[in-house]
Amino acid sequence: MVNINGANIELVRRGKGRPILFLHPHIGLHGSDAFIARLAEHAEVIVPSHPGYGHSDLPPAMSTVDDMAYLYLDLLDALNLRDVTLVGASFGGWLAAEIATKTTERIARLVMMGAVGVKVGPRERSDIVDIFATPRSRWEELTFRDVKFWQRNYESLSEDELTVIARNREATALFAWNPYMYNPKLKARLHRIRVPVLFLWGEADRFAPPEYGKAYSALIPGARFELVSEAGHFPHIEQAERVARRVVEEMK
Amino acid sequence: MRIYHFSEQPCPEAWGEQNASLRVNLASRNCDPRAMAEHYHHRLDEWLLADELGLDIMVNEHHATATCATPVAAVPLAILARQTKRARLLTLGYPIANRLDPVRVAEELAMIDVISRGRLEMGFVRGVPYEVPLSQRSAVGQMARFWEAHDLILKAMTSIDGPFDWQGEHFQYRNVNVWPRVYQQPHPPVWITGRSPQNIREIAERGYVLGTFLSGFHTKGLLDQYRKACADLGRPAPAPDRFSYLGIVAIAEDAKEAMRRAEQMVGYLRTSGRVAEPFSTPPGYFSLADATKMVKARGKRGITARDGKFVDTHHGAIEDLVKAGIMFVGTPDEVTSQITDFVESIGGLGHLLLMGHAGHLPHADAMDQITLLAREVLPRVQRPSADLAQSSRAAGG
Repeated sequence: MVNINGANIELVRRGKGRPILFLHPHIGLHGSDAFIARLAEHAEVIVPSHPGYGHSDLPPAMSTVDDMAYLYLDLLDALNLRDVTLVGASFGGWLAAEIATKTTERIARLVMMGAVGVKVGPRERSDIVDIFATPRSRWEELTFRDVKFWQRNYESLSEDELTVIARNREATALFAWNPYMYNPKLKARLHRIRVPVLFLWGEADRFAPPEYGKAYSALIPGARFELVSEAGHFPHIEQAERVARRVVEEMK
Repeated sequence: MRIYHFSEQPCPEAWGEQNASLRVNLASRNCDPRAMAEHYHHRLDEWLLADELGLDIMVNEHHATATCATPVAAVPLAILARQTKRARLLTLGYPIANRLDPVRVAEELAMIDVISRGRLEMGFVRGVPYEVPLSQRSAVGQMARFWEAHDLILKAMTSIDGPFDWQGEHFQYRNVNVWPRVYQQPHPPVWITGRSPQNIREIAERGYVLGTFLSGFHTKGLLDQYRKACADLGRPAPAPDRFSYLGIVAIAEDAKEAMRRAEQMVGYLRTSGRVAEPFSTPPGYFSLADATKMVKARGKRGITARDGKFVDTHHGAIEDLVKAGIMFVGTPDEVTSQITDFVESIGGLGHLLLMGHAGHLPHADAMDQITLLAREVLPRVQRPSADLAQSSRAAGG
């Protein structure tokens, strides 16, 4: 735990080397272990649980990803991290973009994996599958290329694991309910990200399809977009080894 | 005790088995507007008859559903405010935590109060879980928003010296100045539904009417929480008029006919829980402890009858629903005795809200039910309530 402005933030640090701040998706940290372990062979990986997620406090006034971004800037200051690689998955990618639009003083680069956060499609429908309107089994299918990477036996989970799932869901509803999974202000701020940005996108992502990722990456000057084969919305879960290798390569 | 006639104004033609979810995502293609017009006219006529015969009136609202095609309670209320003569007009109620504009709520209700010459009973509800997916705001922090909306509505209704500003946590307004001034001073009576101890305490602290729905013989536990809150505050035991209960009635001169009507009325319970999976457990709606349990499985909603049997609210047999205190079914004598028995068991009741039309029940049968309730039941339950009020006071609540 680390205390940021009175909020206890759950935080794990693994490995040695240049810092990577891993920003987890709306589903929390479940499934990300292998990816984090691979990165930790080459860098120091700093893995917080977002405010309201996992076992982290939710500060009373916090209700937007914009708010959360300021907490992370404070966290970078508190840990005195420099030359940080921000690696954000899905909701965590949205967060990475919000942080970097404010200042890149301590940030060297961004890796956006299946990132959400902007609106690019028609106004009549959501760009991203609505997890609050889709049965669990269905959104799991749309999220993963191979659902075996996720399927959990909920009956066998501990009280603590179940509580974390419930907290993560509740926090996502707080931060991403409406507008669903985006900040209408973010698009016009993206030009401020003046560090290298790499988008990695699961070829089989049906949760936020590759066309969404391409349109998103086009909004950031100089950003590159690469597909990850044999992966859905969470390439870092379904192709942990390859995606970790790509991140490390990007840091060279 | 007062009796209110209530209908959800359903669209039962859309209840076919092919429609697995009757809420949130059911296409309005399933609604025939010509049939719906008939329904609306019949329901209004039923409320007019209730007014004429001495019953009071209750309306409610739900959104995007065939189980209750009243998305705007203000519409029937406005019509009834003009067309009825004497009935109290209860809405239970406005889902004020899901509304973006509490000042508009104050304006609508103020007009209805004035047009009805002070007959509005102003109910606010949190709303069922499946209203949340239709709301622009999530269920996270919903109760804090509910109370802020409540505070703003009441201030808007009671401020008569010109505009004020509201700069709250959830709502911000410039120049709030509600016209017309409400008819009932300082404001129409407030009702709020509650189930959780915390919520019931807040309702009790403000001295409002507590609304309880289909909670059968569990209702006493809810009312006891209200009574305890009053005792803790050093106040006298609450009078029965602080309590209301919603049940379902099927009544006829003949017991067999009453049972036949019950079969149609129960369609409401059978269908009201039919909703697609993600909509019934919106994040933030339930306590973290309950939400944690729901990650694994959803519990069945039910009531323990006095004989100890668990009765599933949605799927229980009619006999069991009667035993649980959710339905009142039979001849006027039987219904009177069921009601008297129920009211006694919960320690007194000021307002009995009865769903007297539901599902496929034909208009003529609904009119007959209202007539029997008004002529045969109401006169006989009015008296015991006064007595019960005495006994509940004597018992110190």
